[in-house]
Amino acid sequence: MSNPHTSSSGESHGSVSSYIIGFVLAVVLTVLSFGVVMTHSLSPAGTLAAISALALVQVLVHLHYFLHMGGSSEQRWNNMCFVFTVAFVAILIVGTVFIMNNTAMHMMSR
Amino acid sequence: MAQNTTVQTAGHDEHHHESPVVFGFWVYLMTDCIIFGTLFAAFAVLHNQFNGGPTGHELFEFGGLGLETALLLVSSITYGFGMIAAHKSQVSKVILWLGLTFLLGLGFVGLELREFAHMIAEGAGPDRSAFLSAFFTLVSTHGLHVTCGLIWIVTLIVQLMGTTEIPERMMNKLTCLSLFWHFLDIVWICVFTYVYLASMI
Repeated sequence: MSNPHTSSSGESHGSVSSYIIGFVLAVVLTVLSFGVVMTHSLSPAGTLAAISALALVQVLVHLHYFLHMGGSSEQRWNNMCFVFTVAFVAILIVGTVFIMNNTAMHMMSR
Repeated sequence: MAQNTTVQTAGHDEHHHESPVVFGFWVYLMTDCIIFGTLFAAFAVLHNQFNGGPTGHELFEFGGLGLETALLLVSSITYGFGMIAAHKSQVSKVILWLGLTFLLGLGFVGLELREFAHMIAEGAGPDRSAFLSAFFTLVSTHGLHVTCGLIWIVTLIVQLMGTTEIPERMMNKLTCLSLFWHFLDIVWICVFTYVYLASMI
């Protein structure tokens, strides 16, 4: 108990209430994105934008409540690694889609 | 005596300085994330290449998808409760929660296999079109990861049986599996959003 880091123990592995909050948020977000698609209440482009936004929020909820990511100095290297990966994957996906669409346009295949 | 105290406090102190094992596993998960990123990129490029075959709109159903999503979501929280019990060194509770997580994960894999078998029987196998090749590669890579997670859960349950303490080494294993399991749930969010729901708009 003399360990100076004891105060941060709650956030580093979660508690019953934080898991339940995360779970409820995740369920609400999932139901919302299913609902948006099933009810056809928005235009196709609007629906895609809405489910993308909901997915992004849900990923953040999972990262915070289930994977316990946070800004503590202990997690600095984890976070750096994560930011690098997110940037890498973003360049990969956006770049691939851009190049392949551009090629398809030039070859008039669609 | 000194050793005895170390063992007793091991269950409470392990989270203060994150173990290099857990960090190493995190780095592995990030590389896994890149694998899924490439598969999502391939799917994004090929998702309209039906070659006259069935489209996602014709193939996917809300019921099965919703059930699969629910199973994975609930398994996330049961694993979380298992981790809380592990931090309190309640071995029998950990085994119970892990067992529940295993059953939910097994249900998910079962539903996914049933869906695949149904699609292949209808002539919508991975050889039908570029869209279906990309779909099967991406979704079955995720399913394969879940299957590995299931094997890992069984392994840990067997290792935990008959013990009363959770040493730091075991705690590291449980933490790594926790990261793996929750990571797969995050991948599934992207799968159900961009692969299934986006095709069903």
